[in-house]
Amino acid sequence: MNAKLFTGNMKTMKNLFYTICALFAMTATAQQTPAPAQTGIYTIMNATAHIGNGEVIDNSIIVLENGTITAIADATVVKMDIKGERIDASGMHVYPGLIAMNATIGLVEIDAVNASSDVREMGTYNPHIRSIIAYNAESKVIESMRPNGVLIAQIVPRGGRISGKSSVVQLDAWNWEDASIRTDEGVHVNWPSSFRRTGTWYEPGPIEPSKDYEKQVTELTDFLNNAKAYNATTKPVGLNLKYAALQPAINGTENFYIHVDGEKAIRDVLKFIKANGIKKPVIVGGREGDKVATELVAMNIPVLAGRVHGLPSREDEDFDMPYKFPKLLADKGVMVGLENSGDMERHQTRNFPFYAGTVAGYGMDMEQALKMITLTPAQILGIDKEYGSLEQGKSATLFISKGNALDMRGNQITRAFIDGRDISLNSHQTELYERYMNKFGAEIKR
Amino acid sequence: MKRLLSLMLLACFSMQAQEYFPNNDDISAVSNVTRAITNATIITSPGKMISNGTIIIKNGKIEAIGSGISIPKNAVIEDAAGNYIYPSFIESYGNIAMKSPKRAAGSRTAQYDEGRKGYYWNDHIRAEQSAMDHFEYDSKEAKKYIDAGFGTVQTHFQDGIARGNGMLIALDNTGTDADRILKQESGNFFSLSKSRQSRQSYPTSLMGALALLRQTHFDADWYANGHSKTKDLSLEALNTKKNLVQIIEAGDKKNVLRVDKLGDRVGKQFVIVGGEDAYEMIADIKATNAALIVPINFPNAYDVSNPNLEWFVNLGDMREWKQAPGNLMMLSQAGITYAITTKDLKSPAELMKKLKIAMEYGLTEDQALAALTTTPASILKVNDMVGTLEKGKLANFIITSGKLFEDDTEIYENWVKGSKQVIKNRSIKDIDGSYVATLNGVKYDISIKGNGKKSTVKIDSTTLGSKITYDGNWINIITTQKDKEDKSYTRLLGVISDDNNFHGIAYLPNGQEPAFVAVKEPTDSKTNGKDGNKKGDSKEIKKMGRMTFPNVGYGSETQPTEETILYRNATVWTNEKDGILENTDVLVKDGKISKIGKNLSAGNARVIDATGKHLTSGIIDEHSHIAIDNGVNEAGHNSTAEVTIEDVVDHEDVNIYRDLAGGVTTSQLLHGSANPIGGRSAIIKLKWGYKADEMIYSNSPKFIKFALGENVKQSRYQNGVRFPQTRMGVEQVFEDYFSRARAYANAKGSKDFRYDEEMEVLLEILESERFVSCHSYVQSEINMLMKVAEKHGFRINTFTHILEGYKVADKMAEHGVGGSTFSDWWAYKYEVNDAIPYNGAIMHSQGVVVAFNSDDAEMSRRLNQEAAKAVKYGGVSEEDAWKFVTLNPAKLLHIDDRTGSIKKGKDADLVLWNVNPLSVTARPEITMIDGIVFFDKERDLRFRESIKAERQELVNEMIMAKNKGMKTQTPKKKDKTLYECETIHW
Repeated sequence: MNAKLFTGNMKTMKNLFYTICALFAMTATAQQTPAPAQTGIYTIMNATAHIGNGEVIDNSIIVLENGTITAIADATVVKMDIKGERIDASGMHVYPGLIAMNATIGLVEIDAVNASSDVREMGTYNPHIRSIIAYNAESKVIESMRPNGVLIAQIVPRGGRISGKSSVVQLDAWNWEDASIRTDEGVHVNWPSSFRRTGTWYEPGPIEPSKDYEKQVTELTDFLNNAKAYNATTKPVGLNLKYAALQPAINGTENFYIHVDGEKAIRDVLKFIKANGIKKPVIVGGREGDKVATELVAMNIPVLAGRVHGLPSREDEDFDMPYKFPKLLADKGVMVGLENSGDMERHQTRNFPFYAGTVAGYGMDMEQALKMITLTPAQILGIDKEYGSLEQGKSATLFISKGNALDMRGNQITRAFIDGRDISLNSHQTELYERYMNKFGAEIKR
Repeated sequence: MKRLLSLMLLACFSMQAQEYFPNNDDISAVSNVTRAITNATIITSPGKMISNGTIIIKNGKIEAIGSGISIPKNAVIEDAAGNYIYPSFIESYGNIAMKSPKRAAGSRTAQYDEGRKGYYWNDHIRAEQSAMDHFEYDSKEAKKYIDAGFGTVQTHFQDGIARGNGMLIALDNTGTDADRILKQESGNFFSLSKSRQSRQSYPTSLMGALALLRQTHFDADWYANGHSKTKDLSLEALNTKKNLVQIIEAGDKKNVLRVDKLGDRVGKQFVIVGGEDAYEMIADIKATNAALIVPINFPNAYDVSNPNLEWFVNLGDMREWKQAPGNLMMLSQAGITYAITTKDLKSPAELMKKLKIAMEYGLTEDQALAALTTTPASILKVNDMVGTLEKGKLANFIITSGKLFEDDTEIYENWVKGSKQVIKNRSIKDIDGSYVATLNGVKYDISIKGNGKKSTVKIDSTTLGSKITYDGNWINIITTQKDKEDKSYTRLLGVISDDNNFHGIAYLPNGQEPAFVAVKEPTDSKTNGKDGNKKGDSKEIKKMGRMTFPNVGYGSETQPTEETILYRNATVWTNEKDGILENTDVLVKDGKISKIGKNLSAGNARVIDATGKHLTSGIIDEHSHIAIDNGVNEAGHNSTAEVTIEDVVDHEDVNIYRDLAGGVTTSQLLHGSANPIGGRSAIIKLKWGYKADEMIYSNSPKFIKFALGENVKQSRYQNGVRFPQTRMGVEQVFEDYFSRARAYANAKGSKDFRYDEEMEVLLEILESERFVSCHSYVQSEINMLMKVAEKHGFRINTFTHILEGYKVADKMAEHGVGGSTFSDWWAYKYEVNDAIPYNGAIMHSQGVVVAFNSDDAEMSRRLNQEAAKAVKYGGVSEEDAWKFVTLNPAKLLHIDDRTGSIKKGKDADLVLWNVNPLSVTARPEITMIDGIVFFDKERDLRFRESIKAERQELVNEMIMAKNKGMKTQTPKKKDKTLYECETIHW
């Protein structure tokens, strides 16, 4: 290296700095290094703490120790000693890590590149298919979630009548095993469609009631009954992995997710749930579920409301139906979370906070909106003892944002922790940003 | 003497065609009977009636017609007393007697080039086709038309965009083709649908079909002037068939207007097939001055008895059920020339049913008859032959039992060219009714129903088992006995006499055969109650109900109009030097921003209290694909500069309204990204409730879509065969076309110069009169296109998508190109691997004019949120971020002198927001364009109520229709196809 560089003027030094930065960026791998386990202690001071259960502490003190929130309190009331690193978050906001439900991140890297897709197994009845083992913890899409506060996701396979099993992962890990918070927490059923599109793919016709609907529902019921019978037999003749895989969902140790839209179909689903004694059902999508709200509440069935950033499902429908739908459910007492399956769902998963924010824009209280992507999904997933809210004893999985994290402008995340691990907020994208801002000698703002 | 002889010979000829065919079957025994039909009520043409009239027919023609005319002695007389005679109907748009087109064999790879030589470059232009070449008369098929009352059909080979000429045939099932062919060349036909005989891709869109028809006509003119060095049989045929009636199948009202505009461009007045929904734009249809051939396949009611299925049906479709039958009445009232076609009907037999429904809406009998006879005759220019019953015209008429459009009227006979074709024997009497007979002192009550097919026989009140046959005027009834134990039968056999009584002989079980007379009871109006009621109803003309523009949910009955409005005390985002002004008033007058200031005097303005609210200029979406009909991509060629979205703007797409609810006031409707040189754009103001032409910017800046990368090189195709397949090839496509455009320009003025719409457009680009908005992703291709443009002396105006724009932001700034990108999309295809949400901020930092666009009907509704992402990703100031979706796209579209900021004198395209527009909780409360309020939060709530109420009303009516026994159809949901760049319909 030329020694002259070290004696040069500031400008040269600056250039050198940029060159090194650029070099660093170029040599950086696609994946951020997962943070090591928490060793030190962090105390976050003076932040507005959004608990996730609907409550707020305007001026809080939060202590993170050994991966756990060991204290959270109103700093104006409770006086505590600051332990470890003091993180001053005056004017800032702390949130529990956001939970993306019914996600497929890590299963597909690039939508249009088939070789990068592991989301849809062949076959119709696939309860034995497990998403977790295909989950790519090093996906570039995964790391792009963290700078938006999405720290936990439910990874769900797609396709078929029964797609397979989902698992819950935290989004900063070396591999799927490390990532897993809860493996195989539920099985996913795609309820038969009560309508079908006529015509061909190149000349689509109108949508009509499906003639196969009843048949398909019967087929599903038969499959379930067969599985029950199989699992009730102490020594079944011949091994059936598919039936065996349904056992936990039948006995209620796993959730039974039913992806369904439309009032009629939802009513049929409720009938199905009753008739088959489904112990832990969850409805995913649930369009028009507001019309069945009383029954949903009575049967204590949570709903993951379909993509908020969507279009009305029919021409005459209120333009804001997708925006206000979760509130319609919540107002009637339904336990409601959000999901975002659909077109380009992978990269959009980082927009979960803004889905919730949009619902707030259409009338829901901002903290209640937050709950739809924190505590409620944690409860549905059965991980609420550790995750989903900022409470003493829970995992230190949270982030600090300069402003309202559910607003695009406020969602400026300065620090994020998963199980107390101080995780990287960089990504392939931030590196490219910095690399090119450096190239142009422009000021980096992030 | 010689001269006299030839005169005599001539006279012979004119009297009777000379027989010249050899005959080996028998001796020559030419029968040339004159027939006379007498005592009929003859309707010679709509509104003209002859009572007690006679028609004399000779040689297939009407020799004489009138009342009290003398009947030639040698005539065979047929008495038609009590019957009516009408001219038989004319079908102007048939395809009967045509062999089906042979479908081209399928293949997995697309076919881009033509499959024939010596014809036009596009296989779908088949003007050389002649119906005669496909003619194969099928009397069974013809009988359906004959039974429905048709005598003449203009039929053609319905295949291709240019289909060649049709032919006129008489539906004479008694004769041969020699009798049937009236004109072997009748009408020259066009459509917007491709030929099934070829798989050539182009056109893949409606706009492509329109462009193809334009260019074909330009080329035909050029060819006619002898400029082509090679033979083109299609163009030649197009020219030779120029003097035939030019008929084009269009479809709905919008397409009717489109093809008429096309006709204006190429100097043709088409007769247009379509316009079943013309009532929705009746004034515009009238203004075309085109004669229409209108289908009458009014939809059946939807079966909405199951509420779960009701939601499938949109309000617009419900209204269509109610309103479509009123179309013919509306056309008549507007004075539009139209003929009726049975096209789209399941069978010609449905004609009368449909017409009777139309009549319930006020279509008169004369109007209906005219649309089936005189009007088609004059549209087809065959009124010297058919259409009315006049001396010298073909003896094509129907004999009916009564007035044509009455419920129980039947068509007895359909005479074509003087040949009688019996549909129902009219000498067979209608014997339905109640009769009383006394046999052996026992009174029998006999009732006959169903055209003599059902009988009920009673003694006192005991019903006997009975069976009736009615054949050739003989009535035969077999009955059981009153005593159930008695297993013997009584047989009655007889005829109905002129006194309407049943005279016959009873064959009794005891062997006696007494004669009897069953006396017909006078018809009681109550027993005929069904008809009685119907007639009572039909007096009241059915209303078409609420009609809005557009005629779908969220349409208005009255067009929204411009207002003088004062926004009081708003936070005003000016997008100008003044920045964001607090507590400021904005006055809107004459569609413009009239004043900006504090405490402005309201005058007569409507004052809107905007305290605590934010007023901005409207959102501009640089890249949208909403409101487009039938195809966003013309993917048939790698360059399609000749097509334009302006041809296919759909003013009825509810996504226009939804975008307004998201604060959008202007959108550029771009062609898709299937080819390097795409089609021209339409830049529209989202004036929901106005016509397409009124939405398109007046004096609009000219734009065209280009595209690079994976889409144009068909990366996702297994077997791409279209050039280019690499980015290297993409560059050469541009080089090639620009060089050709230059050569084209140089050829102007030369003798053999051929006008080429595509080249004209490319030339506009080279001459910087048309701007390029180019779909692009990776830096290499972005750089390439800038270099190509620089080499050819122009600059690229906008890169759209431009997800790697940040990598060459400095070069972009230098070239002077803007970037219209997504806020945060990526990972959906390989070429967006390096797409980053900081792209906008980086380009902005380098002085590139940056916009965020949607390319998506969903995202366009919340572009304010997308703009806010520029604050998150890269720390763009709120004021600048807001410009990403307002002023900057206005600049990129060269409309920033009119819109994009709040400045005195600019168009009043404004949005009033509840809070800061970049907030996640921001919602438009009022969206106005040119001072006209197009979205209003409160009005939206009223829309919801009225839609709900009207749906309820129509649901009830449809259930009522179902209960009345009318046919219904399964509910269907007809969605607007949502387009994005990559949507291709082959």
